[in-house]
Amino acid sequence: MTSLSSPGPDLRTGAADLLPPRSQRGVVGWMRENLFSNWLNTAITLLLAYFLVRWISGFVDWAFVNAIWSVPGNNTTACREARGIGACWALINEKHRFILFGTYTYEEQWRPLIACALFIALYVVSAMKRFWNKWLMAIWAVGLVAIGVLMWGGVFGLTHVSQERWGGLPITLILSTFGIVGAFPLAILLALGRRSTGMPAIKALCVVFIELIRGVPLISILFMASVMFPLFLPDGLNIDKLLRAQVAIILFAAAYLAEVIRGGLQAIPKGQGEAADALGLSYWNKTLFIILPQALRIVIPPMVNTFIGMFKDTSLVLIIGIYDILNAAKTSIIEPAWQGFGVEAYIAVATLYFFFCFAMSKYSQKLEVDLNRGMRR
Amino acid sequence: MTNAAVGPAQGQPEFIQIVGMHKWYGEFHVLRDINLTVTRGERIVICGPSGSGKSTLIRCINRLEEHQKGQIVVDGIELTGNLKNIDAVRREVGMVFQSFNLFPHLTVLENCTLAPIWVRKMPKKDAEAVAMRFLERVRIPEQANKYPGQLSGGQQQRVAIARALCMNPKVMLFDEPTSALDPEMVKEVLDVMVSLAGEGMTMLCVTHEMGFARQVADRVIFMDRGEIVEQNVPELFFSNPQSERTKLFLSQILH
Repeated sequence: MTSLSSPGPDLRTGAADLLPPRSQRGVVGWMRENLFSNWLNTAITLLLAYFLVRWISGFVDWAFVNAIWSVPGNNTTACREARGIGACWALINEKHRFILFGTYTYEEQWRPLIACALFIALYVVSAMKRFWNKWLMAIWAVGLVAIGVLMWGGVFGLTHVSQERWGGLPITLILSTFGIVGAFPLAILLALGRRSTGMPAIKALCVVFIELIRGVPLISILFMASVMFPLFLPDGLNIDKLLRAQVAIILFAAAYLAEVIRGGLQAIPKGQGEAADALGLSYWNKTLFIILPQALRIVIPPMVNTFIGMFKDTSLVLIIGIYDILNAAKTSIIEPAWQGFGVEAYIAVATLYFFFCFAMSKYSQKLEVDLNRGMRR
Repeated sequence: MTNAAVGPAQGQPEFIQIVGMHKWYGEFHVLRDINLTVTRGERIVICGPSGSGKSTLIRCINRLEEHQKGQIVVDGIELTGNLKNIDAVRREVGMVFQSFNLFPHLTVLENCTLAPIWVRKMPKKDAEAVAMRFLERVRIPEQANKYPGQLSGGQQQRVAIARALCMNPKVMLFDEPTSALDPEMVKEVLDVMVSLAGEGMTMLCVTHEMGFARQVADRVIFMDRGEIVEQNVPELFFSNPQSERTKLFLSQILH
């Protein structure tokens, strides 16, 4: 320390390394700052905490402590006695197969179960960056064929299950998966078409399509698809109801998604396209390698917004008599013995919806970070 | 002041020929009766006050801007609405922008190999070898796997030059390549351009770097209000400007 030539440790721990005062650090510091900074804040904090604790404990009592998990046979007397005090999870216990798989042949319900597992496996595989190569398409093709075989049957010794009997979770997953897979490329084409300057006819077509579809509710498009569309078809030719609903959902989602993607296209500086032009890249090369990768990255949040909205919108198919998971849950409480236990059924389905939507949301956040890592300054 | 006095050397083939070219933005007449001939290997600096149409002029040469009247012929190909011709010209003409316009989502190497692979149909390995050669020439091979956002402005502009060179262009257009750079980075970009000029590349540069014009230009062109006002070899252009507008401009930029 006495020698000038050897700088003491005090030189290295300069002002920059000082910590803020203890009272402003950590959990206590945060709480002092944000929750108890003056008497009014303290009062509001305590009041809210009181209501929160009461509400949570009430819910825990209802959902877990006083809940009835199973009843003998269809005898719901115990449940009825506990109305308002404890949840009747016996409903889920009893009806979960109907909610998940609808009226699909009972003994064969392992098939839609595997189909759902395959769907989820496909999502997981597609989410992993190391599978982002030319094989992914093949994996999807094989997966979807397998799902189709499982659901329809009629081959490999599987009994045929007609499509009217499908229901529950597989319907929701089919409608939303094919919805997204179909709407995404269509939306890109619509967005590009709407921005094209050289082809006024195509541009007009895209504008009319987007504005028309966006201008009406999904319900009316589903009605059109299920009621009016068959009227235009020649006798004998009947396109399956689920397929018609699927097409309606694809068209509807594509119109919204197209506008989201167009927003991304508009955010790309003009210089990017000019640089690609100056290098002699063709329109499609420019769009595919320069413009879209940047544009889609920008619109990941609103795109996922649209996807999540669409996932939930598939439940509207109930109005044309398709038994998606929400409709199946609704139907499960029609039986007199189980009438009045809607809350339990809806909570169960809501939990399932939340699981899928939250996973989408979380994944999109991770994707944003991953894709932007290299581009950050 | 005419082309004949200072123009292309005798016997050299004309590479770019612009005859009676006009351009309008709506009603606004941006380029008026432009006549310009550039021979192979010639190095031309275009200067003039802002809004004089100099950037628009060189952007017409690779059809980033469309002209409405007159004729532009590049390497024997006339620029018209014909997309084939436009593509053919763009393959031969490299361009460097004021704002670099690198592709931020691609690495430096990918920026350089994209066009050779997709436009020249070069195998990826070869394209990468070519790209590395040019990145060495602009002296940043060690940045090949970084993203543009991680580079300084001067480095980004050198990548942009390398990217254009990877297409093996016959002519290079520079649109104020140093205007967006911090002062200390201007030299590294100009050095690359000087060495490029030394190798006989045909160049058209819009720039305010008069030192660069003196050092490498065969001809300096002064534009004002959409017209070519004056052109001459650099010594005479700077020592003995003919028009009042040129004199005024030079007095403003040469202190």
